[in-house]
Amino acid sequence: MNVHHPTTFDEALAAKAAGAVPLAGGTDLMVEVNFGHARPTEVVSLRRIDEVKEFEGRRIGSGVSWRRIENHGPRALAQAARTVGSPQIRNAGTIGGNLATASPAGDGHPFLAAVDAQIELASVDGRRTIPWDEFFVGVKKTSMADDELISAVVLPDSLPERHEFGKIGVRNAMVISTVCAVVTRDDQRTTVALGSVAPTPMRARRAEEMISAVSNPSDKDLAEFQRLVSDEVRPITDHRSTEEYRRHAAGVLSRRLLERCLR
Amino acid sequence: MSALIINFTLNGEPANARVLAPLSLLDVLRDQLELPGSKNACEQGECGSCSVMLDDELVCSCLVMAGDIEGSRVTTVEGMANGRVLNAVQQAMHEAGAVQCGFCTPGIVVAATDLFEANPKPTTDEIKEALAGNICRCTGYGAIIRAFEDLAGTT
Ligand SMILES: Cc1cc2nc3c(=O)[nH]c(=O)nc-3n(C[C@H](O)[C@H](O)[C@H](O)COP(=O)(O)OP(=O)(O)OC[C@H]3O[C@@H](n4cnc5c(N)ncnc54)[C@H](O)[C@@H]3O)c2cc1C
Ligand code: FES
Ligand code: FES
Repeated sequence: MNVHHPTTFDEALAAKAAGAVPLAGGTDLMVEVNFGHARPTEVVSLRRIDEVKEFEGRRIGSGVSWRRIENHGPRALAQAARTVGSPQIRNAGTIGGNLATASPAGDGHPFLAAVDAQIELASVDGRRTIPWDEFFVGVKKTSMADDELISAVVLPDSLPERHEFGKIGVRNAMVISTVCAVVTRDDQRTTVALGSVAPTPMRARRAEEMISAVSNPSDKDLAEFQRLVSDEVRPITDHRSTEEYRRHAAGVLSRRLLERCLR
Repeated sequence: MSALIINFTLNGEPANARVLAPLSLLDVLRDQLELPGSKNACEQGECGSCSVMLDDELVCSCLVMAGDIEGSRVTTVEGMANGRVLNAVQQAMHEAGAVQCGFCTPGIVVAATDLFEANPKPTTDEIKEALAGNICRCTGYGAIIRAFEDLAGTT
C-alpha cells in the first residue's frame, strides 16, 4: 500500500486524479477499514496541506476540524460542531470529511442548507462552486466527480441575524442524530433545514413560507409551523428510530429552535 | 502489495514500523511496537480506550491510519508518567480509587492529561465533557470524576 503525504493541494489533486482515496481525519474512513468494508491501497492524506486548513471569514477549508469550528464557527455551526462525537472525534474529524461521507445524519449539513452555503470542488482541471442542494444527491452520494476533492465550504456574505442548531438523539454526548435541524430568522424571513429525515439534508419550504409571512408568531402560528415541518419531512424507520417518531420530533425541534430565534 | 516503512516520534524517541495494510495506529502500537497500554475495545471511535496524543491532539488511535503518521509525534499512555513517577492525573486516579478493571484507565489518563494541560481548573461539567469519548463499564464514573474534581480543586 502507499500513502501520499502532500503538503500542497495541487499534489493531492494529482494523486486523487490517479485514483488515491482521500484521508482527512479518518473518523469515517477508518471505521470502514477496521470493519473490512474498505481496503484502500493508494491513499492521499490531506492532513499536511495548509490550504485546506484555512478558515477565514466566510470560507471554511475542507480540512478544518470540528474542534476549530466549535471554537470559531458561526453560532449554529459551532453548536453543531460541539455535538459531533467526542473531543477525540472533533479533534480529528473535518467538515470536508463530513460532507464527502454525506451521511443523512451528518450534523454539519443542516446549517449549510439553512444559509444556502456553496461547496467548492477542485480537480487538476480547475475549480467549481456548487450550491449545497446540488452537492448532496442521495444517501452517502454526492455529485463530486471521481477526480475531485472538496476544497472549501463557502458561506454567504451575510448570515441571518439569528440561527440555532438542535439535535435529538438517545443521549446527550457521542450520539448520531435521530433528527437534527437549524432554524434561521432574519427580520421575518425564516429558514428551516433538517438532517436525518430524508436521504439528503432538506429545507421545509412550506413551513418557511408560512412563518416568514408572520411578524409576531402566536402559539397558533407556531403550532402550524410545527405541523408543516412534520408534514414535509420524509423520514424512514431504521435501527435508530421510527418514521413516526422522527416526523414528530422534527416538528417539535424546529418549533423550539424557532422560539429560540424569536427570543 | 509493497510494505510501507513509516518513521515517527513515539513517546519522545524515534520509532519506525512496517505497514502492509491500511492498519490503524492502534494495531501498530500494540502488535508491532509492544506498547499494549492503548486498549482495543471497539475499533470505531466510540470507547476512547485507545486514546493517544497525535501532534499534540487527543485522538482515537484506532481511527488513525498508521501510514499517515510519517513524521508525526505520538504520545501514548506509556509516555505519560515520568519514569516511575505518575503524572498528576494518574496520581489523582490512584488516590481516588478511580480504577476497577482498569481497561478504560489508559484512555482516561490520556484524555484527562490533555484536559488538565489546557485547563488546570476544569469545572465538573468541563471534566464530564472532556471525558465524553471515554467509556467506563465498571465505575459508573463517580470515582473518576471525583479524582479530577480533587485535582482541579473545584470541590
Ligand atoms: C465515534 C464517532 C462519532 C461520530 N459522531 C458524529 C456526529 O455526532 N455527527 C456527525 O455528523 N458525524 C459523526 N461522526 C462521523 C465523522 O466523525 C464525521 O463525519 C467527520 O466529519 C468525518 O470527517 P473526517 O475528516 O474524519 O473524514 P475521513 O474519515 O477522513 O473521510 C471521510 C470520507 O470523505 C472522504 N474525504 C475526506 N476529505 C475529503 C475531501 N476534502 N474531498 C473529498 N473527499 C474527502 C474520504 O475519502 C472518506 O470517504 C462520528 C464518527 C465516529 C467514529
Ligand atoms: S478502540 Fe478506539 S475508540 Fe474504541
Ligand atoms: S474500570 Fe473497568 S472499564 Fe473503567
